[in-house]
Amino acid sequence: MLILECPYCGVLADETELTPGGEAHLKRFGPGSSDEAFHGYLFERENPRGVHFERWRHSYGCGKWFHAARATDTLEVFGTYSAQVFDPPEEIRKKITAKRPGWTWKDLS
Amino acid sequence: MSKVISVLNQARFHGIADVTELGVQGMISLRGDLSSARLKTAARTATGATVPEPHRVTISDQGGLCWMAPDELLVLVPYAEVSTRLTKLQDALAKDHALAVDVSDARAVFQLGGPHAREVLAKLSPVDLSARAFTPGMLRRTRLAQVAAAFWMTQDEAFRIVCFRSVAQYVFDLLSIAAQDGSEVDAL
Repeated sequence: MLILECPYCGVLADETELTPGGEAHLKRFGPGSSDEAFHGYLFERENPRGVHFERWRHSYGCGKWFHAARATDTLEVFGTYSAQVFDPPEEIRKKITAKRPGWTWKDLS
Repeated sequence: MSKVISVLNQARFHGIADVTELGVQGMISLRGDLSSARLKTAARTATGATVPEPHRVTISDQGGLCWMAPDELLVLVPYAEVSTRLTKLQDALAKDHALAVDVSDARAVFQLGGPHAREVLAKLSPVDLSARAFTPGMLRRTRLAQVAAAFWMTQDEAFRIVCFRSVAQYVFDLLSIAAQDGSEVDAL
């Protein structure tokens, strides 16, 4: 069972209390962008074995969206953080590096 | 005018815990900046209760305030006084980025009491309901089986449960089945 701490209300929320929101930190390509960029925005997703960044919503609780950094192979959770950021905060990256030296995800490491 | 009755008309069930639908309760959903002095004053004026800490309720003799989210309170008032208190609340917050809406008829309220109340609720929600973790005055907004609900513990270790009116029968059936005779778990 995946348990994530909601960074807004502080509840240790069970997976059944949350709604998954897919991959985190997508850059939107809308009207005016190339077909390739729009295709990438719609369909191209990471599917890593290991470190991954996701969006979740505390839907049965406070209702807020947030970000989570976790490992897909072990279900280990590195941390959760605010939805109002474009990249994972330094503190979360340090925690991941401490546990998984040499990790990469898209252009992050 | 016709008499107002609640969705299950105060249905009751007695088992290892007592389930009661509580009848009509005035409820106002209030969203805004909970740290703002104006909102705090308006909420206190409407209910006589102070704005609670996160995951807590404050109850007074005229109403109460439930912390629902970092920017949301559920304001409890007598059913007959909802419209007057709502107008006052809206007037007091007219200049703020805040929203107050009457949700009394969109919700149902249950009381769950008796010595096994904790474990009846623990069967239905992913919340630690042990006496160590969940104490009177605490509130949790979560799910009961398949639907959203919020509950808090009153001073006598009974629970008040709020859910959507449309699922009131479902929640009553859930609580009744979880509280049926002979279903004690004695794990908490």
